[in-house]
Amino acid sequence: MANAPDLMAESAVLAEAPDPMRPRLFRIAKFTHNTHDTFTVALEDLETGAGIGFRPGQFNMVYLYGVGEIPISISGDPQDRSVVIHTTRAVGTVTKAMRSMRKGDTLGLRGPYGVPWPVDRARGRDVVIVAGGIGLAPLRPVLYHCLAHRNEMNKLVLLYGTRSPVDILYREELESWRARFDLDVYVSVDRGMEGWHGNVGFVSTLIAKAPFDAGNTTAYLCGPEVMMRVCATELIKRGVPDHELFVSMERNMKCGIGFCGHCQLGPVFICKDGPVFPYPRMRNLLSPWEL
Amino acid sequence: MDDLTRILKGLPFFEGFADEHLALLVGCARNERATAGSFLFREGQDATTFYLIREGSVSLNIHAPGQGPLIVQTVSENEPLGWSWLFPPYTWHFDARVEQDARMVVFDGLCLRTKCDKDPVFGYELIKRFSRIMTQRIEALSFQLMDVYGERS
Repeated sequence: MANAPDLMAESAVLAEAPDPMRPRLFRIAKFTHNTHDTFTVALEDLETGAGIGFRPGQFNMVYLYGVGEIPISISGDPQDRSVVIHTTRAVGTVTKAMRSMRKGDTLGLRGPYGVPWPVDRARGRDVVIVAGGIGLAPLRPVLYHCLAHRNEMNKLVLLYGTRSPVDILYREELESWRARFDLDVYVSVDRGMEGWHGNVGFVSTLIAKAPFDAGNTTAYLCGPEVMMRVCATELIKRGVPDHELFVSMERNMKCGIGFCGHCQLGPVFICKDGPVFPYPRMRNLLSPWEL
Repeated sequence: MDDLTRILKGLPFFEGFADEHLALLVGCARNERATAGSFLFREGQDATTFYLIREGSVSLNIHAPGQGPLIVQTVSENEPLGWSWLFPPYTWHFDARVEQDARMVVFDGLCLRTKCDKDPVFGYELIKRFSRIMTQRIEALSFQLMDVYGERS
């Protein structure tokens, strides 16, 4: 049993430790509408005037005072600490309220949290990034990382699928990536329309067309669960070892740090054990009708 | 080995085809080019051919009144296009519009059907390949119909 001085010392340490449930204030430095329902905010810490350090795949709990708090993946460049960038879709109460915010408005941030993408695993291998819809946002930091360390890996391939041409996220950046000689970018939409001359078809159909050495590939997937399941199956069919596939999962989160259990999926908490998981660990959890 | 045989041998769709079967195919095939914006076929026209795209891309379009054309699929390098030539009433169900200048091998459907009837082993090989493509495309289309990138994603 601890004596009184020990308890006092412990209390002092705890008092100095930052409260993981207490948001820090951030100011919107830049607000960008990406598509008709997606937008990006670049945030600065009110105290430091800078962003935060994070690893690709991690997320922040974003708090709109008086509205609510939600997890949003960080979608900026992990090497740029001047701002912290989040891209999201206006789909719920918090994100719809966020969409009406402007430069200079403040919001709360806790994080970064979560298990990142294992980007170091790609060293000496081909890298295939498979993104669906808004799932490109959590994968953009992986792409930035890979481009910053381009000489450490072999082929670099981005396969991106989305609903229609007007839903294409980061369009200008995709065009500039496509113009590079060291990155293969394939985009496909589920529904084409007049004036669209690119691919039409589910993103999984791009896997057979893309140039990569399947046996020496590490793949990162993010998007709707059914899309990740189908694409993982196609990648494995092509010869990518299943332990070289990584998926990012999403569930409703409350605390973001493994206290509350809101994001429990089978035996794991998405916030604490994920959101990034090796595919073999998620394979059986992606198939059941309800979990 | 003539040029067309060499081309067909190099196409993944015909991988594993016996030489005598390739010869049957060559007898019904010709090379063609099509420029972007042109149509290979239109909905309701007789389906007398199928295409293997060697270069470029072709979109399959469907029209709904008042909505203009909706592209449901694109077919590109090394992929086959069209199977309506195989089944009565042998009419196309979509418009096929060339999106990027295309080079392709075009097969005469009637010629192929006649050879399939005469040589069931050849016919079975061809049908197996088309069945696999049909399955893949129906699967992909079903995911497109699910609209998986909708609000829940």
